[in-house]
Amino acid sequence: MASETMSYREALRAGLEEALNQDPRVFLMGEDVGRYGGCYAVSKGLLAQFGAERIIDTPLCESGFVGVGIGAALGGMRPIVEVMTVNFSLLAMDQIVNTAATLRHMSGGQFHVPLVIRMACGAGRQLAAQHSHSWENFYAHIPGLKVLSPATHSDARYMLGQALADPNPVLIFEHVMLLNEPGTVPDKPDAPMETALIRRPGTDISLITYGGNLPKALTAAEQLQQDGISAEVVDLRCLRPLDKPTLLNSVRKTHRAVLIDEGWQTGSLAGEISAIIMEDGFWSLDAPVRRVCSAEVPIPYPRHLEQAALPQVEQIVTTAKAVMEGR
Amino acid sequence: MTSRLHINRAHLLRQLKQMLRIRRFEEKCAELYALEKIRGFLHLYIGEEAIAVGVMSVLSADDQVVATYREHGHALARGVSMGSVLSEMYGRTTGCSRGRGGSMHLFDRATHFYGGNAIVGGGLPLATGLALANKKMQRTALTACFFGEGAVAEGEFHESLNLAALWQLPVLFICENNNYAMGTALTLSESETNIARKADSYGIAAAQVDGMNVVDVEAATLEATEYIHTQQKPYLLECKTYRFRGHSSFDSQLYREKEEVALWEEKGPVRQLVQWMRNNSHLLDSELDDIEKDVDKEIQAAVRFAEAGEWEPVEDLSRDVYSPRQTHR
Repeated sequence: MASETMSYREALRAGLEEALNQDPRVFLMGEDVGRYGGCYAVSKGLLAQFGAERIIDTPLCESGFVGVGIGAALGGMRPIVEVMTVNFSLLAMDQIVNTAATLRHMSGGQFHVPLVIRMACGAGRQLAAQHSHSWENFYAHIPGLKVLSPATHSDARYMLGQALADPNPVLIFEHVMLLNEPGTVPDKPDAPMETALIRRPGTDISLITYGGNLPKALTAAEQLQQDGISAEVVDLRCLRPLDKPTLLNSVRKTHRAVLIDEGWQTGSLAGEISAIIMEDGFWSLDAPVRRVCSAEVPIPYPRHLEQAALPQVEQIVTTAKAVMEGR
Repeated sequence: MTSRLHINRAHLLRQLKQMLRIRRFEEKCAELYALEKIRGFLHLYIGEEAIAVGVMSVLSADDQVVATYREHGHALARGVSMGSVLSEMYGRTTGCSRGRGGSMHLFDRATHFYGGNAIVGGGLPLATGLALANKKMQRTALTACFFGEGAVAEGEFHESLNLAALWQLPVLFICENNNYAMGTALTLSESETNIARKADSYGIAAAQVDGMNVVDVEAATLEATEYIHTQQKPYLLECKTYRFRGHSSFDSQLYREKEEVALWEEKGPVRQLVQWMRNNSHLLDSELDDIEKDVDKEIQAAVRFAEAGEWEPVEDLSRDVYSPRQTHR
């Protein structure tokens, strides 16, 4: 089968369709996933195709239905739970953090939770502070969870299947600004889900990012190329566990790094990666690591302020140049 | 078909022994806690034994059990071995959770014992999900979910009842209403103190029962499980009970009068059953002595087993955080 062109949303749907077709234990559960067609139209048409036993509309009770997903996974099913947005997942954080992430360990390895939770994340649609935050950093902090960030159409298509094949609770964050983007889906996954990938090779500086900011980093790399700077773009893909060798190898090659993370800089994943580079790659660095993160404000509603709060291509370019020039 | 409760002398002796196993075991736990053999929190079930024993004697081996942090009694009554429960509290690898959970996190796959949950109300969605899996996989098993009356103030209680009723799931919700959420009396925390009545608004059938009477609890559980199996709907059982000890080992019990505790102790489940059996000439003193001796032996053996248990080597610290692929079926 050759590569296909489709939107990121369609790639996600194709992944869901395949999962539902392959294993009768798989079902999709969440708010408005059925009759409404999915809040972001990802599951549109699946109810008609698979029926209400497998495409289950839930009431608005994140803690309840995420917990039910955990129980169903323990009971031998393979639930895919959709939480409308990561912002609402905070209502289910107890179930995710205190139960899903801990059961394996607290039971001495007797029970595991093969659950997949999908959530939309990210800002850019002028939805203001309660619908725009990047809480994936929170979840990447938790041992016992695996956290995926599909930035490409290929990952949108295949990461779900990989997550279902994993016996642990896996969280998949789908950036809302990617949904309408067209792209290419190859006939097989790019790599195992826990591997970081070099999306653009380069020799002068590593731009390390994930999810919705990958396209921005790639655009920034193009612009830097015009100024004679060869930027390598590293797509983390998996935020927990982090593929340290891949990101460190990149820094050892380029000797410089800029991290792009839509979370706030304070307490961010970017801070963690910076520390990893400092601890394990310090002697290969020619310049301090720099970060491009969201401004330290709840994401504002007006477009110009929202855009000003988020990492932008121009900032990535400016920061990369500053690192190159030792500023 | 309606199965009847068969209460004969042998059965009552068994129930008495089960309650005494829990009672004496926990008295020993309190001692071992004072000796610092057991650390962390220790939430004793003393006074509430009739509920675990009454409910468990009705459940089938395939049913799943979801418990709370006050779950030693549930675990023992379910058939988790006393040695592995005590080892768990010692933190040894011979513990039922390999020493990783401690008193509040007893787990046992063999008896379908899904913990041990230290988050108040946290087990309710889990139990509802297990029931969903049972229904989807067309298993006849039901899920028994124990929780205290403190949990009914949590959103999880309401969310789980709603989902269980909406999707007609085979869950038996068992509220162990001992009147106090830590140190806050039910009347200070709930606008409606009749917990069973709360089930009404979700269209869930419910009953209130004397949680100090093991026969009543067993009879009510039998009715409940028959309802769940025939109707394929959830059921809520509110058991009125009392804990004779504090919330945990750090509780100085400033929130309740000694007279109140003494009053409930009069109604204690062990005392009540012993008295009734004696009054009806169903219990000889020698039989009670024999039971106590058996229980004592079991406890001694459990202590030896726990004392002899290995400590997990520190090199194994990070095991069981993630499941390896091969465990996935």
